[in-house]
Amino acid sequence: MKILRISVLTAVATAGMALVGSAHAGTTFDAVKKKGFVQCGVSTGLPGFSATDDKGAWKGIDVDACRAVAAALFGDANKVKYTPLNAKERFTALQSGEVDMLPRNTTWTYTRDTSLGLNFAGVNYYDGQGFMVTKKLGVKSAKELSGAQVCIQAGTTTELNLADYFRANKMEYKAITYDSSDETVKAFESGRCDMLTSDQSQLYALRIKLADPSSAIVLPEIISKEPLGPVVRQGDDEWFNLVRWSLFAQLNAEEAGITMKNVDEMMKSADPNVRRILGVEGVKGEFLGVDDKWAYNIIKQVGNYGEMFERNVGQGSALKISRGQNALWNKGGIQYAPPIR
Amino acid sequence: MADETSERDIPAKPRRLTDPKFRALVFQILASITVAAFLFFIVRNTLHNMELRGISTGFGFLDRVSGFGILQSLIEYDESSTYGRTFLVGLLNTLLVSALGVFFATLIGFVMGVLRLSSNWLINKLATVYIETFRNIPLLLQIFFWYFAIGFNLPSPRQSITVGESLFLNNRGLYLPAPVFEDGFMATGLAIVGSIIAVIFLARWARKRFEATGQLFHTVYASLAILIGVPTLVYVATGMPMHLDYPTLQGFNFKGGLTVIPELFALTLALSIYTGAFIAETVRSGIQSVSHGQTEAASALGLRPSWTLRLVVIPQAMRVIIPPLTSQYLNLTKNSSLAAAIGYPDLVAVFAGTTLNQTGQAVEVIAITMSVYLVLSLVISVFMNWYNAKMALRER
Ligand SMILES: N[C@@H](CCC(=O)N[C@@H](CS)C(=O)NCC(=O)O)C(=O)O
Repeated sequence: MKILRISVLTAVATAGMALVGSAHAGTTFDAVKKKGFVQCGVSTGLPGFSATDDKGAWKGIDVDACRAVAAALFGDANKVKYTPLNAKERFTALQSGEVDMLPRNTTWTYTRDTSLGLNFAGVNYYDGQGFMVTKKLGVKSAKELSGAQVCIQAGTTTELNLADYFRANKMEYKAITYDSSDETVKAFESGRCDMLTSDQSQLYALRIKLADPSSAIVLPEIISKEPLGPVVRQGDDEWFNLVRWSLFAQLNAEEAGITMKNVDEMMKSADPNVRRILGVEGVKGEFLGVDDKWAYNIIKQVGNYGEMFERNVGQGSALKISRGQNALWNKGGIQYAPPIR
Repeated sequence: MADETSERDIPAKPRRLTDPKFRALVFQILASITVAAFLFFIVRNTLHNMELRGISTGFGFLDRVSGFGILQSLIEYDESSTYGRTFLVGLLNTLLVSALGVFFATLIGFVMGVLRLSSNWLINKLATVYIETFRNIPLLLQIFFWYFAIGFNLPSPRQSITVGESLFLNNRGLYLPAPVFEDGFMATGLAIVGSIIAVIFLARWARKRFEATGQLFHTVYASLAILIGVPTLVYVATGMPMHLDYPTLQGFNFKGGLTVIPELFALTLALSIYTGAFIAETVRSGIQSVSHGQTEAASALGLRPSWTLRLVVIPQAMRVIIPPLTSQYLNLTKNSSLAAAIGYPDLVAVFAGTTLNQTGQAVEVIAITMSVYLVLSLVISVFMNWYNAKMALRER
C-alpha cells in the first residue's frame, strides 16, 4: 500500500527530526564516506534516465549522476546502491535520509528548492512537457485537444502544467492521475485516455514501453520548462559541492575534448586547462574533500557529458534523442559549466 | 460510639495511600502527564528541526490555490480552488466509494452467506467457490483486474454501447441523462420528504396494531403507493418542472449528463466483491451459531422456511454477525485508499498524494489524513455499537 510507504517515510522523517539535533555541515558527506557507497534515489524504470537492463544493472543519465559522484569520492563508480522511487515518494525519501542524492528526472522549481529543505545541484537535462497521443485520434497539434481525457502521473509538475495549459487556452480536459508510470502507460494503452502527458524525453522513453510503439505519436508542442537535475538535502554544503562539481567536471571534460578513451593520454597534455581538470597541476581535490584525480576518475569510468548523453538517451540508445538544448553552450545548446580553476 | 473511636484510630494519610482507587487515579494522572510532556517535546522538537532544515511548516497551505484538476468531484471544484477544497473533494470521494462498497458488500455477503448453507449442491458449491476465491486473492490485484478488464474490453467513445441514445457505455465510463430541476420543483421535493415521514409513521402504527391485535397490515404496498403516488401527483400538478440533460458526443468525449467513471465502478466492484466474501463467511457462521432446535421449533409451528429464516434465525444470528461485520466495514473503508493505484481521486490520492507533493508538507498532510481515517473508523464503530445494542436480546 502506497499510503503506508509514504506514511512510514514521513514517520521516519518526523521521528528523525523529533529526536536528533540539527544537521551540521558535512553530515551527509561524512556518513557517505564512512559507509562506503552512495545511496541513490532513482525512478522505478524510465529507459534512458534510470532503468535496469536485462542483466538487472541500473543504466541511464540519472544513474550516471550517482556513479560520477561515487567515482569522485571513492575512485570507483560502482560504489552506488539504488532506491527506486515513484514521483510521490521521492522528496520524502530524500528528506528522511533514505537516499543521499536524488537524480530522478526531477524538475527544479521555486517551491521545491525553497520550501522542502532541499537544494538542486545543477541541471543534467533540459526538458519540457509534451503530449503523446494515439495515431488513431488523428490529431496534429495540442490545440485540437479540447475535451480530451489525459493520463498523468501523480506528484509531478506535469499535473500543474497541464492545468495551466488548458486553462490558458480555454480548453476543457479531464485528468486521470495514477501513482506509478506503469499504470499510466497501461491506462493509455487500454484507451482510458486520449493522451498521455509528461516531460517530452520521458514520453519517448514511455513510448518504447508500449506494446506497439508505432501506434502513438509525440506532438511537437512543448508547454513548459523542465530543468531536471540531482537534488540533495539542504544544510550540507560539502556534499552539495561534490554533487554539483561532479556534473560540472563532465561538462568541462566534454568542452575540453577529454573522453573516456583519451583521458590517459590527456594526462600528458600540455594544455593548462586540461591539466587542471585532470588534477595534474593547479587546483587540488582537497577543496572538495576528495582525491586529486577525482575528475579523471569520473571521465575514465563514466565519461564526459556528451558521451554519457549519447550512450543513454542519444544515438547510442533506443531513444535517439538529439542534443538540442542539451548541447554545450558553444555548440548551440545551453549546457554551460563554470570553469575548473 | 465504638465506631467513632475506631474511625479516629486509623490515621487519615496511610489510609488514602493504600486506597486502591486513589492510587490508581494518581498513577493515571502521572502517566497522562508523562505522555503529554513527551508529545509536547516531540512536536516542539520536530517543528524546530524542520525550521532548521528549511522545511515549511504550518497549515497555511490549506488556503493556497491548488492549480491542479480532479477527475471526479461531488462539490464545485476547479483549478483555482484551494488545497483545503482538495481535501474536501478527496474526503467526499472516499466517503462515496466506501458507502457504495459497504452497501453492495453487505448485499452480496448476506446473499452468498445464506446460499453457502443451501441444501442445493450446485448453489452451495458456487457460493463456496466465490468465497474461497475472492477471499484469497490480494485486493490490489482484484482492483487492477476489474479496472483493466473493463478498460480493455469496452469500446471507445465513438463506438459506445447505447440504450436508446440516452445511455452510453464506453471505456471512459457510463453516461446517463441527468435530471435538471426547474423553479417549481420545490413542491415535489417536499412531497417526497412528506411521504417518507408518512410511511415511517404508518409502519409504526402497523407494528403497534400487530403487537396489540395480531392483525397484519400490508405496509409494503401501502408504503409504495404513498411513496410513488403522492410525489407523482404533485409533480404533474405543478406542471412537471424538471427535464433531463442527455449526454452527447462532442469531439472525442461525451459531454453533459451524469458520468460514472470506470475508476469508481472498478473500485466499488472490487471492494464489494472482496469484502462481500468475508461478510458471507461471517453471515454463515452467525446463522450456524443459532441452534438447530430453533429452526425445528419454527417448522413445528408451521412457519414457512423463508419466514423461519427471516423471523427466527436472522434476528438471533445478527447478534453474532454484527461485531465482525463492523470490522469488515472498517476494513473496506481503509482499503478504499488503494484507489490511488487506478487513479480514483480519493482522499489518499488527491490529498495525501498530489497535495502533499505540490506543497511538500508531508507531516501536516499525513497527520490530517490519518485523523480522518481514525474519525471515520470511530464513527462506524459507534454506529455499529448502537445498532448492536438495539439488536441485542430484549426481554418483553
Ligand atoms: N519532471 C517532472 C516529472 C517527473 C516524473 O515523475 N515523470 C514520470 C513520467 S510519467 C516518471 O518518471 N515516472 C517514473 C516512475 O515513477 O518511476 C517532475 O519533476 O515532477
